[in-house]
Amino acid sequence: MMHILPSEITPAQTYFDRRKFIGAAGALALSGLLPASAAAQSLIARKSPLSVLETPTPRDDIVNYGNFLEFASDKHGHVERSKLMAVRPWTVTVEGLVAKPRRFAIEDLLKLPLEERIYRHRCVEGWSMVVPWVGFPLSALLNQVEPLGNAKYVEFISHVDPAIMPNVRRQLLDWPYLEGLRMDEALHPLTLIAVGLYGEVLPKPNGAPLRLVVPWKYGYKSAKSIVSIRLVEHPPNTVWMKAVPDEYGFYANVNPGVDHPRWSQAKERRIGEFFKRTTLPFNGYADQVASLYAGMDLRKFF
Amino acid sequence: MSISNGQLAAIKVALFLLCLLPLAWLGWGAWQDALGPNPIETIQRDLGIWTLNLLVATLCVTPLRRMSGWAWLGRLRRMIGLFAFFYALLHFLGYVWLDQFFDWNAIAKDIFKRPFITVGFAAFVLLIPLAATSNRFAIKRLGGRRWQTLHRAVYPIAIFGVIHYWWLVKRDVATPALYALAVLFLLGLRALWREQERREQLAGKYAPQQPPRLRSRIIPIVSRRD
Ligand code: HEM
Repeated sequence: MMHILPSEITPAQTYFDRRKFIGAAGALALSGLLPASAAAQSLIARKSPLSVLETPTPRDDIVNYGNFLEFASDKHGHVERSKLMAVRPWTVTVEGLVAKPRRFAIEDLLKLPLEERIYRHRCVEGWSMVVPWVGFPLSALLNQVEPLGNAKYVEFISHVDPAIMPNVRRQLLDWPYLEGLRMDEALHPLTLIAVGLYGEVLPKPNGAPLRLVVPWKYGYKSAKSIVSIRLVEHPPNTVWMKAVPDEYGFYANVNPGVDHPRWSQAKERRIGEFFKRTTLPFNGYADQVASLYAGMDLRKFF
Repeated sequence: MSISNGQLAAIKVALFLLCLLPLAWLGWGAWQDALGPNPIETIQRDLGIWTLNLLVATLCVTPLRRMSGWAWLGRLRRMIGLFAFFYALLHFLGYVWLDQFFDWNAIAKDIFKRPFITVGFAAFVLLIPLAATSNRFAIKRLGGRRWQTLHRAVYPIAIFGVIHYWWLVKRDVATPALYALAVLFLLGLRALWREQERREQLAGKYAPQQPPRLRSRIIPIVSRRD
C-alpha cells in the first residue's frame, strides 16, 4: 500500500541545486542553536475570508499557554518538554475506508496551497483565544484519498513517545490521543489542518508539525501532532470518551447552554482580557455549522 | 525546648512575614505582569493552594508539638489559622470579583449546583466562626471545652478543601491526592492518639479523681501571660 515517500528520495532539483541545499542545511544546523521563534520557517499563505475580525491573541500567549496532555497536566509544562519532540521527518498516513490510502510527508503537505485563518479557540476549561492558524482544509487532504461510500467518521491519532511524554508513561489517558469527527464535520470548509501559526511553521507546544482545528468545538477535539488519519464506519471511541464519558462527549460543540457537569460553560475568559465574556453557541460559528446538527438534541449529543 | 517571650515574639514576626510572602509574590507578579498568559487564573489558583497549605500547616502544629515537646509551637497556631482564613477570603473575593464579576445570580447557582464550589464554599463558611473566635475573649466566653469543640471544625474544613481541589481538576488528580494523603495522615494520627488514650483510660491507668489525660490536650491558643 505504501509507496516511496518524496522525502525519502533526493529530488533532482535538490541534487542540481547543491549550493542552495548546503545553505539550507547550514540554516537547519544553526536553527538548533537559535530560539524557536528565530529558527521558525515562515510560510506563504493567502488570507482567508473565513477569518474572524477579532484581534489575535499575542503569539507568546498562544505558544506558552495551553493543554498538551501527553507532556504535562498544567498549562505550561508542555512548552519545555515538547522541545524534545522531533518533528522531522514526519509522515501522516491517511487510510481506512478510502480508495487510495496514502502516506504524506510533512514537506508535501507544506506545499499545498496554504491559507491564514484567524479562528476563535475555546477550551472546555473556560478560556479562549483568537489564533491566526496557517493550514489547509481537511477536505483537501481527504479528497486526495477518495473516501468510500461507507466512510462515515474520521479518526485522528496523535504521536506518542513515552520516552519524552511523562503523562504517557503514567497512563493518565488511554493513549494514543484519539479524536474523531463525523464525515460531514470533517469535510466542512471550516475544518482545518493547521501546519502554521502567525505565518510560521507550527510551534511544538501547539501540536507541530500538523494538527486538527475545528473552531466550533472545544479545543480537546482538535488533536495535535497527528500521525494517522483513518476513515471508518462507526463512531470512534475517543480518548476522552473512554476516560470520562459523562463529561466529554463525541460532539463537544461549544454550547453555553450545556454546562460541563462540574462547571458552567456560559462564559469564557479570553486570554488578555480582564473580565469574562459570554460564550457564543458553536463558538460564534453557528451560521456556518448549526445546520449540521439540525433536529439533534444537543443536550444528549454533547 | 522552652523559649523566652522575646524569642517567641521574634518567631511570630518571622512567621507573619513568611505567611505574607505568597501574597507579596502575587502582588509583585501582578505589578510586573509576570503571572503568565492567564494572570487571573494564576491568582485564583495560588490563593486556593495557599489556603490549603496553611490549613494543612495548622493541622501539623499539634502533632509537631506532641512529638517535639515544644509547647510554644501551639502558640503559633492562631496566626497560621487566621492566615488560612485570610487567604480563603481573598480566594473567595477573587472568585466573586474576578471570576463572576458580582453576578450574584450566577454565584448562587454555582454554590448550589457545582459540587466543587459547594464544598469550597462550605469550607469557607465554616472557617468564619473559627476566625471570629480566635481571640482570648472568645475563649473565655465559650469556655475551653466548647471553644475546642468548635475549633475541631478545622478537620472537616481541611477535608472539604481537599475534595474541592479534587473535584475541580480535569484529569490529573496527583496533586490533590498528595494533599489528601497529608490530611488523612494528620487526622489519622489524632484518631490513633485518641484511641490509645481511651484504651489507657479503660485499663485504669488514671485514678478516678485524676483528670483524664485527654483534657491536657486543651491547649488555649493564647497563654494567660499574653
Ligand atoms: C477553605 C476553602 C477553600 C480552599 C482550601 C480552596 C482551595 C482551592 C484550591 C487548592 C484550588 C485549586 C488550585 C489549583 O488548581 O492549583 C482552588 C480553586 C478554585 N476555587 Fe477554591 N478553595 C476554597 C474555597 C473556595 C470558595 C469559597 C470558592 C468559591 C465560592 C472557591 C472557588 C474556586 C474556584 C472557582 C477555583 C478554580 C480556579 C480555576 O480553575 O481557575 N474556592 N481552590
